[in-house]
Amino acid sequence: MNHTHADNERRELLEQIRAIEFMTIDLNLYLNTHPNDRRALNEYNYYTRQLQALRKEYEMRYGPLTNFGYSLSQYPWAWINEPWPWEEDHYMEGC
Amino acid sequence: MWVYEKKLQYPVRIKNPNPKMAKYIITQYGGPDGELAASLRYLSQRYHMPIPEAKGVLNDIGTEELAHFEIVGAMVYQLMKGACPEEIKMADMGTYYADHDNAVYPSTGTGVPFTAAYIQSKGDPIADLHEDLAAEQKARATYENLIKLADDPDVIDPLRFLREREIVHFQRFGEVLQKVREYMESKKYF
Repeated sequence: MNHTHADNERRELLEQIRAIEFMTIDLNLYLNTHPNDRRALNEYNYYTRQLQALRKEYEMRYGPLTNFGYSLSQYPWAWINEPWPWEEDHYMEGC
Repeated sequence: MWVYEKKLQYPVRIKNPNPKMAKYIITQYGGPDGELAASLRYLSQRYHMPIPEAKGVLNDIGTEELAHFEIVGAMVYQLMKGACPEEIKMADMGTYYADHDNAVYPSTGTGVPFTAAYIQSKGDPIADLHEDLAAEQKARATYENLIKLADDPDVIDPLRFLREREIVHFQRFGEVLQKVREYMESKKYF
C-alpha cells in the first residue's frame, strides 16, 4: 500500500475534480426542472469554469480524462495508461 | 453520443476482499432495482416524453445511473479480486464462481441474470414517471439493506453516496411528473 508522492498528488487533484463535478451534476439535474433559476444557473456556470480549468491541469500532468476527441494525447497514445478507474488505489495481491 | 470520463463519480477503494459482500451488492449491478435496470429504463423512456424538462431529466439521470453502474461494478470487482476459492466457497459464492470465476457479471446475488423484464417503457409518460419514482425508492431501500449488511467503512461509504443520489433523483422525477401533468391538462389531453 505504498503510494508515491506523485501518485498522491494525482489522486488529490482527481478528488478536487470529483467534488466540483458533483456540483455540476447536481445543479444540472436541478436546472432541468428549474430552468429559470438564475442563481442556480450562475452557480452551474461558476463550477463549470472551475471544472474546465481543473480538468485541463489534470490532463496536462497525468494524461487524458476523456476520449473520442475530447482530450489531446501525448506520444505514445496515453488513453490506455493505467490505472483504470475501477483500479484506483487498488493494489491488493491476488490470492 | 456518450463520452467516457476516466474516473469514477465516487471513489471505490476497498482494501479487504469480501466475497460475501460482493454477493449481496451485485444485485445493484444486475438485479431488478439495480443501476443497469435504472439506466436502461430512463434512457428508453426518454424518447416519448412530451416536454423538454422531462426529456432532460430522463436523459441525464439515465446517464448518471451508468456512472453508478460503474461504481457498483468496481465494488464487486474489488470485493472479489483478492478472494481465494476457499473464501468464495465459505461465502456461499461457489455457484457464482463456477460460472464466472472472479469476474463481474450482471445478475442478482442468487444468480438470476439481468433481464429487460425488470423495466417497462409504456409510452404513457404519467405511467412511466410513476415507475421511475417507485424505482428510485426501491433502489434506496436496497442500499439501506446493503448498508445494514456491511461492516467495512470502505464499502459503506460508496453505498451511502449511491443511496443519497436515489433520493435526489426521486425529487427530480416528482417535479417532472408535476410538470408533465400540468402540460397535459393545458392540452386537455386524456
